[in-house]
Amino acid sequence: MEFNEEDKILNEVTGKEYEFGFTTNIESDKVPPGLSEDVIRLISEKKNEPEWMLAWRLDAFKIWQGMTEPEWAHVHYKKPDFQAISYYSAPKKKVTLNSLDEVDPELLRTMERLGISVNEQKRLSNVAVDFVMDSVSVATSFKETLGKLGIIFMSMSEAIQKHPELVKKHIGTVVPKRDNFYAALNSAVFTDGSFCYIPKGVRCPMELSTYFRINESGTGQFERTLVVADKGSYCSYLEGCTAPARDENQLHAAVVELIAMDDAEIKYSTVQNWYPGDKDGKGGVFNFVTKRGLCERNAKISWTQVETGSAVTWKYPSCILKGDNSIGEFYSVALTNNYQQADTGTKMIHIGKNTRSTIISKGISSGHSQNSYRGLVKIGRGAENARNFSQCDSLLMTSTSGAHTFPYIEVENPSAMVEHEATTSKIGEDQLFYCQQRGIGTEKAISLIVNGYAKEVLNKLPMEFAVEAQKLLEISLEGSVG
Amino acid sequence: MIDIKNLHASVEGNEILKGINLKINAGEVHAIMGPNGSGKSTLASVLAGREDYEISEGSVDFLGKNLLEMDPDVRAKEGLFLAFQYPVEIPGVSNVNFLKLALNEIRAYKGQEPLSAKEFLGRLKEKSALVELDGRLKDRSVNEGFSGGEKKRNDIFQMAMLSPRFAIMDETDSGLDIDALRIVANGVNSMRNKDRAFLIITHYQRLLDHITPDYVHVLSEGRIVKTGGPELALELEEKGYDWIKEAAL
Repeated sequence: MEFNEEDKILNEVTGKEYEFGFTTNIESDKVPPGLSEDVIRLISEKKNEPEWMLAWRLDAFKIWQGMTEPEWAHVHYKKPDFQAISYYSAPKKKVTLNSLDEVDPELLRTMERLGISVNEQKRLSNVAVDFVMDSVSVATSFKETLGKLGIIFMSMSEAIQKHPELVKKHIGTVVPKRDNFYAALNSAVFTDGSFCYIPKGVRCPMELSTYFRINESGTGQFERTLVVADKGSYCSYLEGCTAPARDENQLHAAVVELIAMDDAEIKYSTVQNWYPGDKDGKGGVFNFVTKRGLCERNAKISWTQVETGSAVTWKYPSCILKGDNSIGEFYSVALTNNYQQADTGTKMIHIGKNTRSTIISKGISSGHSQNSYRGLVKIGRGAENARNFSQCDSLLMTSTSGAHTFPYIEVENPSAMVEHEATTSKIGEDQLFYCQQRGIGTEKAISLIVNGYAKEVLNKLPMEFAVEAQKLLEISLEGSVG
Repeated sequence: MIDIKNLHASVEGNEILKGINLKINAGEVHAIMGPNGSGKSTLASVLAGREDYEISEGSVDFLGKNLLEMDPDVRAKEGLFLAFQYPVEIPGVSNVNFLKLALNEIRAYKGQEPLSAKEFLGRLKEKSALVELDGRLKDRSVNEGFSGGEKKRNDIFQMAMLSPRFAIMDETDSGLDIDALRIVANGVNSMRNKDRAFLIITHYQRLLDHITPDYVHVLSEGRIVKTGGPELALELEEKGYDWIKEAAL
């Protein structure tokens, strides 16, 4: 019902825009569906990209053409028709937002429903927000404050224009073009995303944040994010995602690359709330994402994710612990309801000496959903004294849902210590009854128990995101008793 | 306060309560004693609204309303409290947050504003002293890693915080050492007043050494077979339950 309401409002808004935009050249705002070299040239041309960028894209396209879709994940879906997708869609109204008050009202409504408005978030928490609607970044705030510290935080398109040397040096170094099917596709057609560079020794004083949104129907979103933390620097990065309800499946194939140089630290947090499809599993976003970070000496990368959205999720934020003493962390809550499917986890690749990694994964399955943890811990030959601790817990809300764990461990160095713990439990009727007997209604009791279960991970989120994530879990679990 | 008439309840086709009649007025403390399997805990569960039981006959009037029609949380909001025989653990949920949510849900039901942080903390301090619960336990997750005695004390602490009209103690004394028993009994005694009633379910007389009931009922095979004053508990302790069963035949 709520989604219908949102849809109505959205239709009103987009309908108006359409009327408004009728005299402008609408065709130029959305590339016709289909993928070919010409389309890639068109995207690159629209974005006024340098020659090397186009060459890079075309190379990726060639690689992609020779690849097939991966099928090893524990998910089932009708493969997208890559020729039916439009690979570039910019908001029809050319928006230059001076303040976040001008942000899409529907998104603001979603945010309000989560008890947090972008504006409030910005005001209260000093968040610098970059906002990617469909394919194009429409607002980046706080640029000036950051500029004084030499921090670069802008849309990827802008970075390609203004800092081509930095982009060229780092893009594709952590997730190469030929890494996998979706990474290759993204490399060929990515339209925007965020770029962030923290100079040597600088501690970024605020949370950097991007909101991604798929608005148009029949489009895909292929954003590309690159965060480079130079020696001894620190930053915390937040990423939020929403999409309106659509009957068809929309494709989201993003690539995120993090580079933490010597002694640097990056905290990357995601609250993923793409449209999950309706109660019968119709529609929803296919979320096929490649996220990977590279740690140099003494560096640290933490991934924290709260995944409640998408019809199908295929995502493994990973760390390559290349430098000695580097640290990788992965904290995840993945909640699936109705007919959602999630295959998510991490890869911790230990290469340097004394490298350490921690994995805490909490899966929650409700309705008829399938929720899988898939993780790899690899200790290389030279990784003396590497340490890993993994904990994978699954909570089943219904007897029709599934929880699966696929841990892979490869150890090539005898001094390594790898620990893995896993539990599966069903939400306790006794716990529910206990809460109810104290006056707490069923829905609130479930959310209380689930939030308690996920607390270890939620605690890792920055404060304002933790509140949003908690509410999101609550909303996502509405009506899931059984 | 509560008026139970001809209450029949069964689980998976087995009838456990076979016509309970019991009326408890405000200000009274009733004890129900009986051998294992007589239906004591079933009565507590049925009154609190546990789903596993089917009620085939009878009625329960609670403060003028039909108790059996209410959801478990509504029963709690109307003022019914159950101290559990085995309080459960809820990992990751702090005791304090749990109580705050419960208290404010009950207040919202009654059309009252949520308690301010100051009022809440004041109440927390006062009531936790009552059951000698130290700060460490308050801040931990609900019952997680608590000893048996600590769990029971935590339940009494919750009762003191929520201030119900009618409290059922389901074998609260089982597994308690002497000190914990005294603390639990003190908690209950300090809450006794003319507006509140208690139903104490127990297998043994020893809790009744600390909490003197107004009435003692003996439950056997799903029926109340004898009712008396506090002296009945002593008699049971001395003679056991068998003579009651025989007398009932």
